[in-house]
Amino acid sequence: MASIVTRVKKKQISELMDKKKRMDDRDLTDYREMKIEQGIIERAEGSARVLLGKTEVVVGIKIEMGEPFPDTPNDGVLTVNAELTPIASPKFEAGPPDEMSIELARIVDRGIRESKTINTEKLVIEPGKKVFVVFVDIYVLNHDGNLIDAAAFAAMSALLNTKMANYEIKDGEVQIKPGYEQLPIRKHPITITIAKIGDKLVVDPSLEEEEVMDARISMAIDDDENICAIQKGGSGYFEPDEIFEAAKIVKAKAKEIRKKMNW
Amino acid sequence: MPIFLEKRQLVTPGDLIAEGEYVAGENTFVEKSKIYAARVGIVEYENKRVDVVALKAFYVPRPGDIVIGTITEVGFNGWTVDINSPYIALLRASDVLSRPFKPQKDDLPQVLDAGDLVVAKIVSYDRTHDPQLTVAEPGLGKITRGQIIKITPTKIPRVIGKKGSMISMIKQETGCNIILGLNGVVLITGKTLEDEQLAMRALVKIEQESHTSGLTDRVTQMLKEEKSNKEENKNE
Amino acid sequence: MNDKPEKLIDKKGLRLDGRKADELRSVKLEVGVIPNADGSAYIEHGKNKILAAVYGPREVHPKHLALQDRTVMRCRYHMAPFSVQERKSPAPSRREIELSKVIRESLEPAVFMEYYPRTMVNVFVEVLQADGGTRCASITAAALALADSGIPMKDLVVACAAGKVEDTVVLDLMDTEDKLGAADVPVALMPNLNALTLLQMDGTLTHEEFEKAVNMAIEGCKQIYVMQKEALKKKYVNVSEGIKEEAEE
Repeated sequence: MASIVTRVKKKQISELMDKKKRMDDRDLTDYREMKIEQGIIERAEGSARVLLGKTEVVVGIKIEMGEPFPDTPNDGVLTVNAELTPIASPKFEAGPPDEMSIELARIVDRGIRESKTINTEKLVIEPGKKVFVVFVDIYVLNHDGNLIDAAAFAAMSALLNTKMANYEIKDGEVQIKPGYEQLPIRKHPITITIAKIGDKLVVDPSLEEEEVMDARISMAIDDDENICAIQKGGSGYFEPDEIFEAAKIVKAKAKEIRKKMNW
Repeated sequence: MPIFLEKRQLVTPGDLIAEGEYVAGENTFVEKSKIYAARVGIVEYENKRVDVVALKAFYVPRPGDIVIGTITEVGFNGWTVDINSPYIALLRASDVLSRPFKPQKDDLPQVLDAGDLVVAKIVSYDRTHDPQLTVAEPGLGKITRGQIIKITPTKIPRVIGKKGSMISMIKQETGCNIILGLNGVVLITGKTLEDEQLAMRALVKIEQESHTSGLTDRVTQMLKEEKSNKEENKNE
Repeated sequence: MNDKPEKLIDKKGLRLDGRKADELRSVKLEVGVIPNADGSAYIEHGKNKILAAVYGPREVHPKHLALQDRTVMRCRYHMAPFSVQERKSPAPSRREIELSKVIRESLEPAVFMEYYPRTMVNVFVEVLQADGGTRCASITAAALALADSGIPMKDLVVACAAGKVEDTVVLDLMDTEDKLGAADVPVALMPNLNALTLLQMDGTLTHEEFEKAVNMAIEGCKQIYVMQKEALKKKYVNVSEGIKEEAEE
């Protein structure tokens, strides 16, 4: 049944696209309406909720103390995890992270890590022994397409909202002092996903568009317009020119969003 | 309009074979009026038709094909049969019993049990249903003796040879009866185990060398040599 | 523990292993190495040693995973515990799970998935030794294993990475370059359709550097593609030549 609906829908969607429009009346390079709220979870050190069209993602940041990785003794630790909760879609089931949630987490992770968003050097308490560990937990609450961008925007917003407790070291012990410090943020990567449907490239695919697309490509761009992370997804393919075209669209779009967000 | 490769040339998936007014045959596909190979194989063309004789492929059922299969499960009112294909075949009890199946009276494992071999014909098969078999024709039914050998199904035509030349030669030289399942499963029944094994070796040789020419002669030679070796050994 | 090298590219423009910026590591391919599998291949790419095996098409187990209009492809990328410097736990890591997904998505476009509904094709990749670029080498071997299994394909898929090391865009990063370099761009290509089926990137690149890296990786892919085709044909060519030699004796 699913395939038959897909074929008819695909035709509908393609026909609209030939006129440079989409089912929800957007232009090919338009995002759906995006709403961002920060600090919605007081118990978390940082948090944000993003509504992108009907896709809803909440990101909570927890900061704990832990050991650094052996090959980076002078850096704090970043770890990103994602949950596609069963609440979010009839397709999601409870259980250990599956390939979709792992891929989502790793794409968002790469955007943050490769752009050096967090100044991890400032997260060291005792070099080689004790550092702050930043846990970025992505919680998908409703899936209506483009979880990647929604999660990435939510993660970035949550990090900007994150406060760490002040501390001092007395007699070799870490003691918490009153007051807070913002998590040291250096960069503001923006991740933009483009779907290929037939010969058209569309920004921010909706769930329907994801179901008919050939493939998608997500790119993370930093404040200096460098590309920090790319991930192609889906069982189809892109021609090299389409990739370079997508990169141009992403560059322009990121600039637009950066201005709007003031990042 | 060009054809890019010579007959009997080895191709791999994605190789461009011909362009223009050619008919795409077996194991090829068309993209923008160019014909490409879809499998590893040998290019053949006859008139305007381009085929790739695949060197390795699995069996996809076709109605009317004679196949040899193994019973894998005794079911409620029939059997499931492994026909050396991605698709599992079904044999209905009513087909074997030649009358409606009576659950109280008929004990299916007595008729055919898991592990039994059958020669059957494919009655029906399409993309949405598993293949159905029949044994209700002369020459079909349970196999009680002989050797089974599996070869890649695309090479069965090579085993048959031009106008049956290869298979008749093997039957003659080995004195065996050979039933060729189009699904790549072959049944060999001979007077002695040695005769059956000789025929099997011939089939293995054909499978390995099917893409070369002069095969019929070489197989004939091999069979004659092995037989005369046997005679010598007997006489010592 | 390894000491970090001072420079990744020396004054003559040569890399740690003596290669030039646009030079591929050595590649060795063999098809049909696992007798039980329907199709298989082995690759040595630099110091990478990887085995790929295909089982299928066959019945789908569990049944509810079957698709009515096409084959289901499953792919498992796995690294042996002894494949890396520090022993890796045999349990699948998050990286292996992600790579299993992207590798599958790089191979599916090449296979005629709609030809055999309600069947399943399993692709298994085992990395016996890793030295940077394992996902690319895995794809190259897996595509050969698929072709060897007899499943119809539109083209082979071949993969190669490019990247940036100390301000220079280079082809085919080995492990040290991958770890210490500025960017890594793995690419998979179906050469006849000019189709990119895998594209990832991590690091920092300008748009121009990115374009250069992708084009360089594509060139690397095309070189390996020639070797793939030879490896597929080799089995049969050897038999033909063996017969010719016998006849000439």
